Amino acid sequence: MGVTLTILSVIVLIPLSAVAIKSAGLGFDGFLAAAFSERALRAYQLSFGASLVAAVVNGLFGALTAWALVRYEFPGKAVINAVVDLPFALPTAVAGIALASLYAPTGWVGAKLAMVGIKAAYNPVGVVIALTFIGLPFVVRTLEPVLRDLAADVEEAAASLGAGRLSIIGRVILPALAPAWLTGFAMAFARGVGEYGSVIFIAGNMPFKSEIAPLLIIIQLEQYQYGAAATIAVVMLGVSFLMLLVINAIQAWARRFV
Amino acid sequence: MTAPVTRNARRATEDPLWIRVLVLGVVLVFLAAVLILPLGAVFAEALRKGAGAALAAVSTPDALAAVKLTLLTAAIAVPFNALFGLCASWAVAKHDFPGKALLITLIDLPFSVSPVVAGLIYVLVFGAQGWFGETLLDHDVKIIFAVPGIVLATVFVTFPFVARELIPLMQEQGSDEEQAAVSMGAGGLTTFWRVTTPNIRWGLLYGVLLCNARAMGEFGAVSVVSGHIRGLTNTMPLHVEILYNEYDFVGAFAVAALLCLLAIVTLVLKSILEIVQPQVHAANHVRPGAPH
Amino acid sequence: MTISIRSVDKRFGRYPALNSVSLDIRDGELLALLGPSGSGKTTLLRVIAGLEFPDRGQVLFEDEDVTYLNAAARRVGFVFQQYALFKHMTVAKNVAFGLDVRKRRERPSRPEIAARVDELLGLVELGGLGRRFPSQLSGGQRQRVALARALAVSPRVLLLDEPFGALDATVRKSLRRELRRIHDATGVTTIFVTHDQEEALELADRVAILNAGRIEQVGTPDEVHDRPASPFVCGFVGEANRFEGRVEGARFASGPVVLAAEGVRDGAATAFVRPHQLALAEPGRGFEVTVDRLTVQGPVGVIEGRTADGQRIEASFARKDLGGVEVRSTLRLAADHAHVFPDA
Repeated sequence: MGVTLTILSVIVLIPLSAVAIKSAGLGFDGFLAAAFSERALRAYQLSFGASLVAAVVNGLFGALTAWALVRYEFPGKAVINAVVDLPFALPTAVAGIALASLYAPTGWVGAKLAMVGIKAAYNPVGVVIALTFIGLPFVVRTLEPVLRDLAADVEEAAASLGAGRLSIIGRVILPALAPAWLTGFAMAFARGVGEYGSVIFIAGNMPFKSEIAPLLIIIQLEQYQYGAAATIAVVMLGVSFLMLLVINAIQAWARRFV
Repeated sequence: MTAPVTRNARRATEDPLWIRVLVLGVVLVFLAAVLILPLGAVFAEALRKGAGAALAAVSTPDALAAVKLTLLTAAIAVPFNALFGLCASWAVAKHDFPGKALLITLIDLPFSVSPVVAGLIYVLVFGAQGWFGETLLDHDVKIIFAVPGIVLATVFVTFPFVARELIPLMQEQGSDEEQAAVSMGAGGLTTFWRVTTPNIRWGLLYGVLLCNARAMGEFGAVSVVSGHIRGLTNTMPLHVEILYNEYDFVGAFAVAALLCLLAIVTLVLKSILEIVQPQVHAANHVRPGAPH
Repeated sequence: MTISIRSVDKRFGRYPALNSVSLDIRDGELLALLGPSGSGKTTLLRVIAGLEFPDRGQVLFEDEDVTYLNAAARRVGFVFQQYALFKHMTVAKNVAFGLDVRKRRERPSRPEIAARVDELLGLVELGGLGRRFPSQLSGGQRQRVALARALAVSPRVLLLDEPFGALDATVRKSLRRELRRIHDATGVTTIFVTHDQEEALELADRVAILNAGRIEQVGTPDEVHDRPASPFVCGFVGEANRFEGRVEGARFASGPVVLAAEGVRDGAATAFVRPHQLALAEPGRGFEVTVDRLTVQGPVGVIEGRTADGQRIEASFARKDLGGVEVRSTLRLAADHAHVFPDA
């Protein structure tokens, strides 16, 4: 017990408080100036916007993936099931260079996309691609157990009451999945906001255009702007904390029905 | 009146064929584009100039130093977090105390903190400008831009993995078995080793596996504290970045391929664990409609 | 509505769940499918509902062949063992579901649906609970919601799978009467599955007894109890002492136990005697029993004992007839009736 608390404090809590104290050192006006400079605002916009889009993409395709893994039998299912966890196991930097080489205009997929006029790397689209990679397992793995536990008799009850397959999916299955789906979505979003390694290789990193918030922290740090770096970190920590609250609230809400 | 008889009637829980084909098709294309092709791309790029060039790239002194540092970091961070995970889950699951929910949230905190912020906090505490910066300088101890900083940052980002696997496992078991053992005269340590550990070993292994994958692959946090000194403070992921930024693509992807192999081994072990772990079996419970 | 099941076969993998089952269900009757677990009773119910499709044979609703019609098109009401309520919907929404999902042309108006929901909640005595969620109800209440939901679509037949299986004993008893009342009020043809013979005999107009995927007997509760068609039915419905022995010249003998066996062919046979069919006998008649245990259950006294050759035997009497009987004493018992089946 004591050991747990001590380690927790030394490794996590005390260092975390350092960012708050450091940014407070700037004073109120200094804090505002650093936290909401034009460049920082654009970086948040990109980080949050791209994370949101990626989370939506994952919400859709992740749900389909979870559905296929739970409900269908197909050859290679075990492999697909393992591959879904790749983003958990693959170092983010490796993912970053792999995605960049694949989706760059010279890359295998990027070249084909370029032919139809889509530029998929070195711009916000690239950021979305990287964040989609990172966030996918969060949606799949939160939905899967809920989908598996969704008793078949509930679907059968709906069918015996005259509901067609689409009605059953829309009125019975999706509402039952909603809390888990929102949780997975929020987790994918939260992870995307803080992601660094997989993004920087494919983002292009142009200030005001394709520069994510975590990168801005590093840039400030390299220029010895410790206060500004800490301030942006405080804003991001605030958002992480908010996301934690949101996820907990979703789960508390879901428990109402169980 | 007789309804038309069709033999291929579909059960209520089955999707029509066209939905099944469509969903599976979309899923496979999506997973290929996002997960499988990038993995393939790493190996393709690494072998672009032949296996010899790739092997040469991973056996340069700098690459070998990076491998060594990565292994060292994992060798410190993983056991540390495994021990902490055991302590923390024991404390949380077997005892009741005020603020327990808060403690669980705090343990999970590093998951929701950006890795860059994780690195930053250690720079602020131990860096030259930081709280202990001068003290450390006086005693000629280097933490930031040195190995200890890398280890610290890695410990931070991999902090919750083991604890989060073990807490639900231990909570589910409750303390009945331990109490039974104690009532039969077993001491605290005996109880822990003979009763608790066998119950949680698969969960522990699972947590350690994920913890190790992240420890060896961490980039953002380590990047902030490392200082990128070749041969000294470069881990494998950082080495990948440097080579990539120097347009040494074969080199970058060759080292990346090593990390990919690590990821594949992790996934294979994870799949095996999921087959062995009884909890995962229990989740696949029989659906009604089967004969009973 | 009448239902005809004609020579239905159903296998799960290599396991035969239904083996050439034929059954006619009469309009408006309350029929119980009774059998041990694994006897195929739930599978048969699911085949009638369209949740399972037979490998061979036919299912007819009146004259309509519905064998391969899916559940959604059959208009059956199905009450699941675990109720299968929609957790994210209120009670009222659950009950209204079958009407809400209808195509626009066939769907009643909102006020009509609301009125129907109120009427049904009244019928199952849950008036005023429409806005609750299933998680806020007791087991018995959930059961009633499931029943109301199934009835909302005015089903042609109401099917219930172990409807009282998940409830405790007192709730079970009162819900049994409730189901009978609702059946009589709506007049809908009703089939329920149970493994509890007491439940089947008390509630049903007729009972179909299944064993190993076959129907052993169909009849009124009296018929299956008093005139069992097979050794299985005799052993499964009601209590019975079982004896293995031989029939010779219309007499069954198993050690000292001798029973009348009119019309049974000579050879190896199995005999069943219900505890209440045994009576104290004059010296020289019946067979001798040593009393091991004596228990009293209300007005009835039950003797557990052994015959001279060690066969266990149970007999029940009115308590007043048990005067003077003690543990370890011996007494003579004779059967006024027995069911004797020649071994196949």
